[in-house]
Amino acid sequence: MIIVNEDWCKGCGICIERCPVNALEESDKLNRRGVRPPQLKKENECNYCRLCELICPDLAITVVPEEKKKTDKKNLLRSPMGGI
Amino acid sequence: MRYVRDPKIIRQVLGNKVQFILGDMACVYGGILAGCSFFAGYPITPASEVAEGAARLFPRIGATYIQMEDELGSIASVIGASWGGAKSMTATSGPGFSLMMENYGYAAMTETPCVIVNVQRTGPSTGQPTLGAQGDMMQCRWGTHGDFQAIALAPSTVQECMDFTIEAFNLAEKYRNPVCVMTDGEMGHLRERIIIPDEKDLKLTNRVSATIDKKKFIPFSGSQTRKSKVPDFPTFGTGYHTYVTGLTHNEKGFPATDKQKDHEKLVKRITEKITDDIDKLTVIEKMNLDDADIVFITYGASARPAETAMEMARAKGKKVGLLRLKIVWPFPEKIVNNLAKQVDKIIVPEMNLGQIYHPIKEAACGLCEVVCAPKTGGEMHLPQELLPYLGVK
Amino acid sequence: MVEIKTADELNKKYLRDGMWPTIFCNGCGHGVVLEYTLWALEELGWDMDKVVFASGIGCSSRLPGYINADGLHTTHGRAIAFATGIKAANPELNVIIFTGDGDCAGIGGNHFIHAARRNIDMTVIMINNFIYGMTGGQLAPTAPLGSIATTAPYGNIEPPFDICNLAKALGANYVARWNVSHPYQPIKSIKDALQKKGFSLVEFLAPCPTAYGRRNKLGDIKKLWKWYDDNTILIEDYERIMNYGSEKEKEEIKNMFPIGVFQDIDKPGFFEAYKNLVNKVMKKDSKTPMETKPKVVVRK
Repeated sequence: MIIVNEDWCKGCGICIERCPVNALEESDKLNRRGVRPPQLKKENECNYCRLCELICPDLAITVVPEEKKKTDKKNLLRSPMGGI
Repeated sequence: MRYVRDPKIIRQVLGNKVQFILGDMACVYGGILAGCSFFAGYPITPASEVAEGAARLFPRIGATYIQMEDELGSIASVIGASWGGAKSMTATSGPGFSLMMENYGYAAMTETPCVIVNVQRTGPSTGQPTLGAQGDMMQCRWGTHGDFQAIALAPSTVQECMDFTIEAFNLAEKYRNPVCVMTDGEMGHLRERIIIPDEKDLKLTNRVSATIDKKKFIPFSGSQTRKSKVPDFPTFGTGYHTYVTGLTHNEKGFPATDKQKDHEKLVKRITEKITDDIDKLTVIEKMNLDDADIVFITYGASARPAETAMEMARAKGKKVGLLRLKIVWPFPEKIVNNLAKQVDKIIVPEMNLGQIYHPIKEAACGLCEVVCAPKTGGEMHLPQELLPYLGVK
Repeated sequence: MVEIKTADELNKKYLRDGMWPTIFCNGCGHGVVLEYTLWALEELGWDMDKVVFASGIGCSSRLPGYINADGLHTTHGRAIAFATGIKAANPELNVIIFTGDGDCAGIGGNHFIHAARRNIDMTVIMINNFIYGMTGGQLAPTAPLGSIATTAPYGNIEPPFDICNLAKALGANYVARWNVSHPYQPIKSIKDALQKKGFSLVEFLAPCPTAYGRRNKLGDIKKLWKWYDDNTILIEDYERIMNYGSEKEKEEIKNMFPIGVFQDIDKPGFFEAYKNLVNKVMKKDSKTPMETKPKVVVRK
């Protein structure tokens, strides 16, 4: 699950481009700056790698783990240094 | 190591109470007595001895000395050290002073206390490195771009080199402004007797550090704890998280480069904090002014031959007086204006082609004749050379 | 185990209220470098009261204004000299300098050289976007041969400045260069640089879509970031190919920028050496009583 601070997003599109599982897309709404912030696709395979959060030049994306989702993989947030 | 001023160690390092030393060295003594703990300099004749003295004495009192790679680095590190909490100084001469102009303005804009000793030499450009002059007096007032107020002192004896350096630190800390001690090659390389003041006779001023609640503190407006246009000083490392910038800034310290009112308010405050106190900053020496018809107005090294010329003329019956400016900037207009009403002629001997002559003429407002007595080339006036100006053979 | 925070929590802790979003252009690499520094500081857990940021003039030098800590925004090129003074006055402060390619390698080159030579205890984060971005896109000393700028409209004919090699030659304790598009290595590198005693340099190759990318026909933001990925190569690979590779491989990587850790040594810093000097001198003084000092004789 991602939380996007829409007023801060400048619409550069790096998060969408760099997501390793292509989980992000441009949303339809326009923010104050006239750009379209990102949103998770309906069918996405977000593995909580946090790359979008670490690479966003404006600290506009935050990745929040979803405890309720049942998968085999561990949904722990990774540390920016790699590992857990 | 953080420096803590220890009077006992200072006395031990400085040595005897009465000494026979160089003018440049006296500036170092003044800095040490005032509590200076950081010196950054670059060798330049005739100010190299200040750096050499600091290199020998500062480690012995636990203070920091660095020879920086150039004058720009020197003044920059002096300003940085001041924000780190140290009293800091540098010493240079004409060409180095020209290089320091940008950061001199930065110190004025960010209200950083620091002391610059300028041992003036003949200019322009490389000029005569080993001979003295007084050609930078206008530069210390107007040399940097933009509007600010300068404070400059001009010592005439080696004792004053030391005393004025201590006073320069006091003024810098009080007004949070860069202060220049404008000696010259003659004074810098002269050896004279000095008497080091006792600890109980020293009057030192320290900056008022910020102590109020961090959330309420406003770094760049008038003081919030006392009635003054000089703000309290939020030293780096005390938790105030101040943002200091040379850009035009608002009261909180953040850039306000597109606001006319913010700039006007800032620039007026940093000039008025000094000009409001012009009466306290008028420090002069009067000699024989009460019945004088002709008066010398002078400062620094030129005051010495002028005094002798005055005595020689008095001996021949001419009523001559002398007004010596100890603090040259801010310029004491009121005193000069009052004097102009009283006398017929003002003579301004200077070791340049006429610099302080201009504000004197302006302050005199045509009430009396103002004559410039210039001498360049690295030699002081001889008293005999000044007598023709007085109409004495 | 390190407490992991989210970007949201990082904002609240380290950034000044009301200053975000930044003035940087869309797709600029500067915001990313700031974040990496904040993540590194978070990992280290330093007291922000004791961290001081210094910067010169330019886009990179606006970064301290966003951070909730003491900041000194100085004149062009002189940030390193100001920082030397801050560190000298209070050696307990940790000094971090944000500077740009023009600020550090151009006008500030001399201060950089001597601070690295003296091994002054500070961390310089130089953000290299190959151009003078803040003032409109003039040529910078680090710009590659042939690149276009407003003051080099026919292409740059000057060979570029490689600041990492210079720092390595001067004996700086830690020298590294990174891209902005892969987070883990830069964050670890900044953390190492901050902890290292002595002079540390971390250079970042940051994309500038508005001034550099647009003029050099490097396309839009995504293509520009991709260009940086394609034209950088790890230093170990670079050296391996240059020493042992075939001519074809050498030709391919000839014009790429090597990135990675160039130097990681441990020499004593300047203030450490100065402190030893002061201790030695003061100890000698304390053994000399005042009475044995020579008297001054003044002849009348």
